[in-house]
Amino acid sequence: MTYIPISPHERDDMLKTIGVKSLDDLFDAIPAKHRFPKLDLPKALTEMEAYSELSDIAQANENVRGDLISFLGAGMYNHYIPSVIDHMLRRGEFYTAYTPYQPEISQGTLQAIFEYQSLMSALTGMDVSNASHYDGATATAEAVSLAYAQFRGKRKKVVMSPSVHPQYRAVVRTYTQGMDIEVSGDDQLPITNYQSPVSNLESLTSLIDDTTSLVIVQYPDFFGRVYDYTKLIETSHAKGALVCVVANPTALAMFKTPGDMGADIVVGDGQPLGIPMWYGGPSVGFFTTRKSYVHKMAGRLVGETVDNRGQRAYVLTLTAREQHIKRERATSNICTNQGLLALATAIYLSVLGKSGLKQVANLCYQKAHYAARELNKIKGYEISSETFFHEFVLECPAPVAEINAHLLDEGILGGYDLSQDYPSLKNQMLVAVTEMNSKEDIDVFVKILSEVKYE
Amino acid sequence: MNTPANLKYAKSDEWFDADSGKVGITDYAQSQLSDIVFVEIFVEEGETIEAGKAIASVESVKASAEIYSPASGKVSAVNKDLPNKPEAINSDPFGEAWMIQLEGASAGDVMDSAAYEKHCEERAH
Repeated sequence: MTYIPISPHERDDMLKTIGVKSLDDLFDAIPAKHRFPKLDLPKALTEMEAYSELSDIAQANENVRGDLISFLGAGMYNHYIPSVIDHMLRRGEFYTAYTPYQPEISQGTLQAIFEYQSLMSALTGMDVSNASHYDGATATAEAVSLAYAQFRGKRKKVVMSPSVHPQYRAVVRTYTQGMDIEVSGDDQLPITNYQSPVSNLESLTSLIDDTTSLVIVQYPDFFGRVYDYTKLIETSHAKGALVCVVANPTALAMFKTPGDMGADIVVGDGQPLGIPMWYGGPSVGFFTTRKSYVHKMAGRLVGETVDNRGQRAYVLTLTAREQHIKRERATSNICTNQGLLALATAIYLSVLGKSGLKQVANLCYQKAHYAARELNKIKGYEISSETFFHEFVLECPAPVAEINAHLLDEGILGGYDLSQDYPSLKNQMLVAVTEMNSKEDIDVFVKILSEVKYE
Repeated sequence: MNTPANLKYAKSDEWFDADSGKVGITDYAQSQLSDIVFVEIFVEEGETIEAGKAIASVESVKASAEIYSPASGKVSAVNKDLPNKPEAINSDPFGEAWMIQLEGASAGDVMDSAAYEKHCEERAH
């Protein structure tokens, strides 16, 4: 699609049509002194000067592609990104991706979204996927909207596990403000016994009743633990509630899918699938569900059809909650979704294939377990996680911030300080290990920790 | 356009049969919506509703519409087959595609078929 701005002649025609003399007349309602306030800005730079200044700023950053060895995860993971992804994303046809309302001129974009949806459904073990959300957190919040709509607002309670990502939980609360929804579970259950997912799940289960619309759990959970939610899902269904599983897509290549456990909605962040960690975003959120809930799903869904010449074609099939079909009754507005980043994940999954993704997952798993074993040998450190994927909790002899400051001096980005979100988890570090961490990296990490003594 | 004379009509294009208590959407409404692909009825049997309450949602390939009850009363039956064959709204809006049935019903703000036909014609422009 081409984007051609208007010519001065066309602009004059438009002004004449609406009956004003100049563009300035349109801003008459704004007092002149407020129209162009004086901004205290430095002198404009030439391109050469700007380039040099920006380079200086960029060089002040330290990145995980050379400067630092990273063991930081907690929702964003350092994975290898095949170079083909960037090459394809930068094609002009994809780079200016816009809502493909007109299938006649958007077959490429539509097919890319269709492929993305198919891959996500296969990965999660669900029937359908939408065209994506902004990130895992907003996708999780949309699961609440789906469940709320499914019960027509009659069930007002959402039970959320305290081991769902703290930022996702915050976004769920923001989304549900003013919606007459009560979110419970995450601030009522003690998290001190994080070693025991079973007892946590039991107390979570006790909160599920017949006013519960949705139960939200994470898989692997925020602490990296893997747990089979089949029973929890059965109990929820017995109470009539739906269950949303927030999943890490890499882990799904290795473990039983939430679909197989009976989940009604599976969401998550697509960042591990070929998207850089940037500075915490942007990312892409995937949203998959059962066919029976498709009319309550936010955003849009691309389907395959046959055009008037009998050829295979793609089209926006279902946009049940969007503004262009629901008008003033719309309850979702995901118009341009995250087309480009959804495409990145689709390319990543296509390039790696089923066995490639399994290999990545397996490398993460093996390396994380090697790291855990080695760290556990250090005096003063203890691993309490048992069944985990590529992230685990390391109990430290001193505050994590202190240890991380020391690690950073040695070129290592330490794990996530859990006391930030869980005050009871003092001195607990969430360590992530991926295929990007070599055995040497892990050994250096272990060596540095074992050499430092804390009072 | 078909507008049976024995029915009453709401401005928002629903019909109400005072004899049977049945409610549905009109032939005009289905023709404006075009191919209907989805219908969901919100109300349940035994529920007492007021005229003007949203009772169903209908989606066609090009639009989505809320359906409002043209009468007040107690819901004595819901057409549970309709969600499985939403196309019946296009083919038989006054028969097979009834949506709910009301008991002890009293019509809301409705008009007769002649007035409704006029109402439709006025909107054709």
